[in-house]
Amino acid sequence: MRLELRGITKRFGALVANDHIDLVVEPGEIHCLLGENGAGKSTLMNVLYGLYQADEGQILLDDAVQEFDGPGDAMAAGIGMVHQHFMLVPVFTVAENVMLGHESTRAGGVLDLDAARAKVTEISARFGFHVDPDALVEDLPVGVQQRVEIIKALSHDADILVFDEPTAVLTPQETDELMGIMRQLRDEGTAIVFITHKLREVREVADRITVIRHGKVVGEASPSASDGELASLMVGRAVELVVAKDEPTLRENALEVTDLEVVGPGGQVLVDRVSFSVRGGEVLVVAGVQGNGQTELTEALLGLQEQVRGSIQLDGQELVGRTVRQILRAGVGFVPEDRNTDGLVGEFTIAENLVLDRTDGPPFVRRGSLQLRARDSFAREKVAEFDVRTQGIETRVGRLSGGNQQKVVLARELSRELRLFVAAQPTRGVDVGSIEFIHKRIVETRDTGIPVVVVSTELDEAVALADRIMVMYRGSVVGIVPADTPRDTLGLMMAGIPPETGPQNEGDAA
Amino acid sequence: MSGETPRPDGREPEPEAVPEPAGGQVPDADPGSPLAEALETVDAQAEPGLAEELQQEAAREQTPVVADTGARWRDAFRRATSGGWAVALGAIVLAVIAGSILIIVTDERVQAAAPYFFARPADTLAAVGRAVGGAYSALFQGAVYNFGADSFAVGIRPLTQTLTNATPLIAAGLGVALAFRAGLFNIGGQGQMLMAATAAGWIGFGVTGLPFPWHMLLCVVAGVAAGALWAGIAGLLKARTGAHEVIVTIMLNYVAFYLLSYFLATPGLMQAPGSANPKTPPMAESSVLPPLLGDSYNLHWGFVLSLAAVVYVWWLLNRSSTGFSFRAVGENPKAARVAGIDVSRATVYVMLIAGGLVGLAGAQQVLGTVTTGFGADIDAGIGFDAITVALLGGSSPWGVLGAGILFGGFKAGGSAMQAAEGIPIEIVLVVQSLIVLFIAAPPLVRAIFRLPQPDRVPRTRRRRAAAAPTTAPTKGGQA
Repeated sequence: MRLELRGITKRFGALVANDHIDLVVEPGEIHCLLGENGAGKSTLMNVLYGLYQADEGQILLDDAVQEFDGPGDAMAAGIGMVHQHFMLVPVFTVAENVMLGHESTRAGGVLDLDAARAKVTEISARFGFHVDPDALVEDLPVGVQQRVEIIKALSHDADILVFDEPTAVLTPQETDELMGIMRQLRDEGTAIVFITHKLREVREVADRITVIRHGKVVGEASPSASDGELASLMVGRAVELVVAKDEPTLRENALEVTDLEVVGPGGQVLVDRVSFSVRGGEVLVVAGVQGNGQTELTEALLGLQEQVRGSIQLDGQELVGRTVRQILRAGVGFVPEDRNTDGLVGEFTIAENLVLDRTDGPPFVRRGSLQLRARDSFAREKVAEFDVRTQGIETRVGRLSGGNQQKVVLARELSRELRLFVAAQPTRGVDVGSIEFIHKRIVETRDTGIPVVVVSTELDEAVALADRIMVMYRGSVVGIVPADTPRDTLGLMMAGIPPETGPQNEGDAA
Repeated sequence: MSGETPRPDGREPEPEAVPEPAGGQVPDADPGSPLAEALETVDAQAEPGLAEELQQEAAREQTPVVADTGARWRDAFRRATSGGWAVALGAIVLAVIAGSILIIVTDERVQAAAPYFFARPADTLAAVGRAVGGAYSALFQGAVYNFGADSFAVGIRPLTQTLTNATPLIAAGLGVALAFRAGLFNIGGQGQMLMAATAAGWIGFGVTGLPFPWHMLLCVVAGVAAGALWAGIAGLLKARTGAHEVIVTIMLNYVAFYLLSYFLATPGLMQAPGSANPKTPPMAESSVLPPLLGDSYNLHWGFVLSLAAVVYVWWLLNRSSTGFSFRAVGENPKAARVAGIDVSRATVYVMLIAGGLVGLAGAQQVLGTVTTGFGADIDAGIGFDAITVALLGGSSPWGVLGAGILFGGFKAGGSAMQAAEGIPIEIVLVVQSLIVLFIAAPPLVRAIFRLPQPDRVPRTRRRRAAAAPTTAPTKGGQA
């Protein structure tokens, strides 16, 4: 089926999220929608999927104008969507999830699970998915869960499949498999819209590329375009993919983690006897696919995990068993992975958020009273220093963009006297301009001579920032390697395969 | 099932799918213009405001996709407990309108005139006017100023009665509101008041020989402490075991009620000697909160205590570090925890203080309003009305003050409505309940009155962003 979007415009108040976007997707092609976070890709697809109503413009399927009042209409018309965040019920089986929303029943209202099961088996056989229809979704690895999403879409006879940032949660190898699946689907005549902001994937799989920026189509590109060309189309200026930094000057002070073990509430081992050390003046990037224990590791460093064994020594001081407040006082700066839930109070003002972890004494609290004047002048200073773009310090943080929010977190954490800096996913959901700024600040922090630990799932970022890279897989350390390790090796390490000790192939390490 | 279905002979992928470079497929996007021109377009519109808003849009549209029911419930809760004053006002107006309709429908004269409405509509309309006008005039005269009175001193009595009614509502409302701000739902106002009344009352009639201000103060302190402890149980259980405070506080209501009933029914404990009624003896003279405006009015010093409590809660929430951590915990407990705030401790403390405030209401009841001895119904539903007051007041101390006075007025005026116009007291209660209902659904009120919905981008923001560009100059200008 041929999909055409004609002049789609979607406004939110005065904000134009999509500005007269035209897009044609032919059957049997993979059409990449490339753009930064917030460029309007997801809005466009939500319009297509009936979640939003376009203010102007038309959706045409095989040249027939469509009116979608909701995802049900879109699905009925043959559009399937694989969401970035899986829309699956974890405690249901694969078959139950696949038929959810389209339950067929036998006499007496009994669910016809067999039909769903058969469908799952049939589709997964067709594409070589190897998905057990009776497995509980929560027991499946992420990559397989995504396949369930795909099966779900296909089971509704979708002729047009939208993949919304599908690779965010996958290992490089799983990503490759997904690419294979997409090609296979394309070869069967499905029209595929592939939303992403990862250039490598685009070039690998796309037949056509449309770049969206600020809600507008800014151009088309061919898959043979270079990374640099694509990136500058996306961003509108040359992007510095490399972080400028000197050779590290190592100092004596260090973070020593020995046999660290974190056990989750269900008794599962989340971090499995991890040992590493970071010297003052160097950046250790913890790489790996999300969900392999990095989050828990950083939380353990800050005392946020309940069941921790082993030892974390900062300059000889034991941190395990201390409260969060004590660890903060010991000089640990922490940028949490999810700033909205863990880093900021959205309803609080910038000023309030900047002193969130300073409620235990001077200069912002005296005799139990907040020192508003001190706080406000501090806030104004930090807003200027960290280039937070805002109306003023009384703006609620929830109103800021991702990049500016992250700068607020960074400003707060870097304004204390630090002896260790831990940043988890510091640039996730952050615009490119802010990414550069944040990277620069992290390197500057390193150069003040303290140990820096950065968690990143983006290989590019890991390679650019790191002095050394530690790869985690299923809670344990696969290896700690120099930053100039070839990407292939790193990719394999992220899938749990330890680096062979020896061959250093031709590296394209940037 | 059917094993490897051989692919239905897929057309070969390449032929039509080959990307013609920037070809005609996408009609309008700078046709045939390569990079350079595209760059230009965007530099022109690289105004920070728009970029930022798009980001925000992206952030916003990503949140609902994650089906995080916890966050959603919290969000709804926060919205219900902190609706702006405009919503509160709108809710009142809507409720009053709905109340008017009820009054009209239930009014006998309207009912009598309605059957011949088309013959003589004036009759019906007159009856409607009289019913509604009479009702709200009675409400006003019963709650604020009685125009029929001979002197100002008598005419103003309804207002003092309103304030008397408002006294415990304000104190208890503050207790509920404070808990709201820390993300806790304190349903246990009844129990906390009853325990406070028990403690204050027991010392009030049981202790003799203490001189006036000290005895009274001791009673107040005992009441506050009892309320604090009773709520503190819920706080402790929540902090230590995760027991939900709603269930715990509700159950503690029962415990308190039956405990007090037992005390009251047991001679030698709290039952008045020589009486078979489950009622305490009257309070000792030295323990009573003295009248504020002389003996001819019911208003007592408890009102001043409530005002002081308003100021205290305001200071606590807005100027103290303790209140700052309460609010942080209420808005985002995870972030609070990461920032080193002890969430468990904050939970216990906030319940202690909230219970203390509700306890103050209990003490005011026995030491000021009903000094002649009390039964197990001494809470008079205030513990629950306090929830309404806190909601209506948007969980802010000054809002609670206003809402408490409004509800005190409803109480005072409601009886006047009943007495003067024969309107059932239930109608007043319906109006009160409708207020809560409307407040709980702010989008409804906003929609009806066309107030801006907060989850949309406010119209003015874009203009402001454009007019007064942001503090720092954009650095991402050029390639």
